[in-house]
Amino acid sequence: MAVLETGAASAPQVGIQPRAASRRDRWLRRLPLLPALIYVIVVTQIPFLVTLWYSFQNYFWNQPGGATFAGFSNYTTVFTSSAFRGALLRSVIMTASAVIIAMILGVAFAVLLDRKFLGRGVVRTLIITPFLVMPAAAALVWAGPMLDPNFGLVNYLLQPFGVHHVAWLSTFPLISVIAVMIWQWTPFMTLIVLAGLQGQPPETLEAAKVDGAGALATFRELTLPHLRPYIELGILLGSIYLVNVFDQVRLMTNGGPGTATTNLPFYLYQQVNFAFDVGGAAAAGVVTVILTIIVATFALRMFARVFQFEGADA
Amino acid sequence: MTAPAATAAPVLGTTKPARRPRLRELSSQVGWGVLAWVVGLAFFLPVLWMVLTAFKPESAAETWPPQFTFTPTLAEFRLVFSGWGPFVTHSVVATVVSTVLVLLLGIPAAYALSVRPIKRWRDGLFFFISTKMLPIVAAIGPLYVIALKTHLLDSIWVLIILYTAMNLPLAVWMIRSFMLEVPGELLEAARLDGAGQIREISSVILPVISPGLVSTGLICVIFAWNELFLALNLTVTNAATLPMFLISSVPQEGLYIAHLSAAATVASIPVILVGWIAQRSLVRGLSMGAIK
Repeated sequence: MAVLETGAASAPQVGIQPRAASRRDRWLRRLPLLPALIYVIVVTQIPFLVTLWYSFQNYFWNQPGGATFAGFSNYTTVFTSSAFRGALLRSVIMTASAVIIAMILGVAFAVLLDRKFLGRGVVRTLIITPFLVMPAAAALVWAGPMLDPNFGLVNYLLQPFGVHHVAWLSTFPLISVIAVMIWQWTPFMTLIVLAGLQGQPPETLEAAKVDGAGALATFRELTLPHLRPYIELGILLGSIYLVNVFDQVRLMTNGGPGTATTNLPFYLYQQVNFAFDVGGAAAAGVVTVILTIIVATFALRMFARVFQFEGADA
Repeated sequence: MTAPAATAAPVLGTTKPARRPRLRELSSQVGWGVLAWVVGLAFFLPVLWMVLTAFKPESAAETWPPQFTFTPTLAEFRLVFSGWGPFVTHSVVATVVSTVLVLLLGIPAAYALSVRPIKRWRDGLFFFISTKMLPIVAAIGPLYVIALKTHLLDSIWVLIILYTAMNLPLAVWMIRSFMLEVPGELLEAARLDGAGQIREISSVILPVISPGLVSTGLICVIFAWNELFLALNLTVTNAATLPMFLISSVPQEGLYIAHLSAAATVASIPVILVGWIAQRSLVRGLSMGAIK
């Protein structure tokens, strides 16, 4: 049975919590947490502190001499740079459209898979496979054998519909990259929604049927509200991963043509690897992190609700 | 035999005319089944095409129209296996070592957030998840400089360290969800026996949650195995992983589609197989333990 975790709120009851825990006892409790906590703080927070520092420095790693103080000049560059704004905008477009379309498809596929039919297990396995393919492999296979204008399978299959040797990656670069993101993430959404569907109490559906409710009405009035936390969870987790999408951009279009598919990760990658501009990339990184924190504050609230941590101030 | 369904509908006054429900139901079932199969096969098609192309001779891989019948050859696979040695070693080391580290750090942490929770276990949990939301890409420049100065650039350790940090939050959430399911009586009994924390974890909790640990490990393996961004930025040759091998299989000139497909197939197969086998735990892992 698939059930969203409800045990979370009852967690403290599992442990014995004496009223006046001694200092020693409190540390004994914390001890097992410390290695992981310290590890994560060191590895994930220090780079961001260093990023903050470098964002105020002039530093090109390919040039001799160290970093020099730059004041806010890196930030001025970031805010006046149309390249950064463009990358930011494309990141938002790519993430939002991929997550939303993958979720719509995911709900549809989950409804299909929730029915009994011959070979259901096999179809389920087929549908989850795209998620398991290495993203770099998926990107290269889509760019070559699938979408190539001269010998690609997609053009061949679309021939009856009047499509002739379309150069997908140069004509529709953004759509092509997003399509591959959707192809890889629809299985994820399908699995999460399917778990929600299977956790739906059969009695309510039975009752709706007896009351003469149509399939569509039942879905809208009963199933969708029940699925809501699952859909929120899928959107949340999908966004966390998809906002960092790099492999498809790097390997399908290399950010182009021009900057047509340059999203934030690819932009930062270019700044560091080809412009050698650590300071500039750091300032762009800091701005990215601040924007992320704003979005994440809402996301964490959503997390708390989905996981039913009532009253958790995230 | 069809009495209940047949009588129910007219009595409730639906506008639909009475039909033979069994037959109608059966045909709609077959219809949905066919649709599901079509969707499933369409989604699988690119993977199938990748594998098929991998068995083609290079000359048959870039033709118009695409060839569906050909004499299969293992030539491209042989070529892949002759060149992938260092890459696969790096991938295996980075994946296995980081996953082991994640479990070693994650198990005690999950314990302190579930079985014997610290006072602010909620804050702890949300700290871990919040680090997943910080885009690592934002810090890539400084990470490069840090790696350079600590002589970790192009070393397998830089990947191990970062993959561990990348997967640890996910593992803590997931392992915690398994620990919450350990029956309270079991823990109670162990405590009455005077078991300390370490014995409580090793002899009571671990045996119960071992299937959960396996699925946690699998999720970590999937993410570490497939990772490209960090590997591409922080390694060159000494620690280059399989995704980078894939990139190197695309040459500047000449025919390469069959070779690329063979490399992509070989690189993807381990995770595909793992995922197929662990389908059920996949859902739980991907939802960080929210969905059982």
